[in-house]
Amino acid sequence: MGWYNKRLAKSIWVFHVSASPCNNCDIEILDLLTPKYDIERFGIKLVGSVRHADVILLSGVINDKVAPKVRKIYEQAPKPCFVVGFGTCPASGCCFKDSHNVEHKREEVIPIDLYIPGCPPQPEAMIAGVAKLMGVLNA
Amino acid sequence: MNVEYFFYLLIFPGLLFTSVLGLVVGWVDRKVSARFQFRVGPPFLQNFNDFFKLLGKETMIVKDGLHSLFILAPFVSFGMLVLVSAMIGMALFYGLGFGGDLIVVMYLLMIYSVMVVLGGAATGNVYSSLGAGREIKLLLADELAFILVCLVPIIKAGYELQLDKILAFQAAEGAFIGSVSGFLAFIIGLLCIQAKMTLPPFHIPEAETELVEGPLMEYSGPPLAFWKLNHLMMYVTFPFLLILLFLGGFNLSGWGILWAVLKYLLIVVLMIIIKNTNPRIRIDTALNFFWKYATPISLVALILAVLGV
Repeated sequence: MGWYNKRLAKSIWVFHVSASPCNNCDIEILDLLTPKYDIERFGIKLVGSVRHADVILLSGVINDKVAPKVRKIYEQAPKPCFVVGFGTCPASGCCFKDSHNVEHKREEVIPIDLYIPGCPPQPEAMIAGVAKLMGVLNA
Repeated sequence: MNVEYFFYLLIFPGLLFTSVLGLVVGWVDRKVSARFQFRVGPPFLQNFNDFFKLLGKETMIVKDGLHSLFILAPFVSFGMLVLVSAMIGMALFYGLGFGGDLIVVMYLLMIYSVMVVLGGAATGNVYSSLGAGREIKLLLADELAFILVCLVPIIKAGYELQLDKILAFQAAEGAFIGSVSGFLAFIIGLLCIQAKMTLPPFHIPEAETELVEGPLMEYSGPPLAFWKLNHLMMYVTFPFLLILLFLGGFNLSGWGILWAVLKYLLIVVLMIIIKNTNPRIRIDTALNFFWKYATPISLVALILAVLGV
């Protein structure tokens, strides 16, 4: 499926899931759409419905309350679909890792393919992360 | 049945030509919109990549709702658009037509909106149903003005309904946009097209920020690809219809080709400018606009056309 994967790499539609974030990463994601970074030149665009998505952009530490909903959103996404963990929270829990209501087995809730650490990550780091995903698809 | 008609329908003015030109013009739309916002914009083949990517995705079917209608709606509207573009293209490029042309075109163009409503309502999703309801209201708002606009060239061409006769009349007497009534009808027609294509400021049914794409919300994979393709094909169908009705068609010889491209680009760029300089309006504002202003103005254009101005 080399030909199809190349098409997929050039047209990544992103659906943003905020799974109990501190809203810091969410603001940073919006920077990617501004004229300075303009992520549409790679064919990436934010979509409103998970049915249209190729990448689920997950920000925030997943707590007990949203974990079933995050799972449901992942199951509703049409495959092939990738999950990108945005910020330090999906990777390690950041400063919330000892909270009583945090899901400790995040990888059982949603299989994350790519982590972009940072609190919040810079837009350049985000573009570099997506470029790595494109590199895997183009290989 | 002639073999040539299959060529017209499937290759030159029909399926292949309209789809490819639509995807290219979709890129023009995105690029110009990006330049409006001081962005770089997507690469040239972006819409082709989007389309082929969506064709390979999984098709998710909702548990509730009417599955057959849900799957059929995008393909039926695709067929309708291919048919109507083939009819308009045959008149424009070959000077061919058949009885009752313009009325059939108006019906077929309406079926697209009806299919959006049926496909959206078939999912059983709340947002899709809301979007379908808004699509009906928008259809009620713009349809009367659009029909009145289509009547103006019919009257000016001496009560001729056939597309090729309207074109031949304009070739002999000059394009209809040169007269007062033709100019008024052209302006209102441009706004009606904006509403029929649900472009901003009339993207009320698929308001991304509140209804998350409205009727298209539950679609994924190939059906979604065809919805997106339908929307881009209308960038070809509607400007061609306006060129046919008001701008005197194409003269494909020598410098005429340049004029043809310029006429087409003029309408598309006007649509993109309107799209990029206006925020979304509410549904009651849209109804107000079409019923209080656009329809009376097109009625005035109609009366002027009867009087011969």
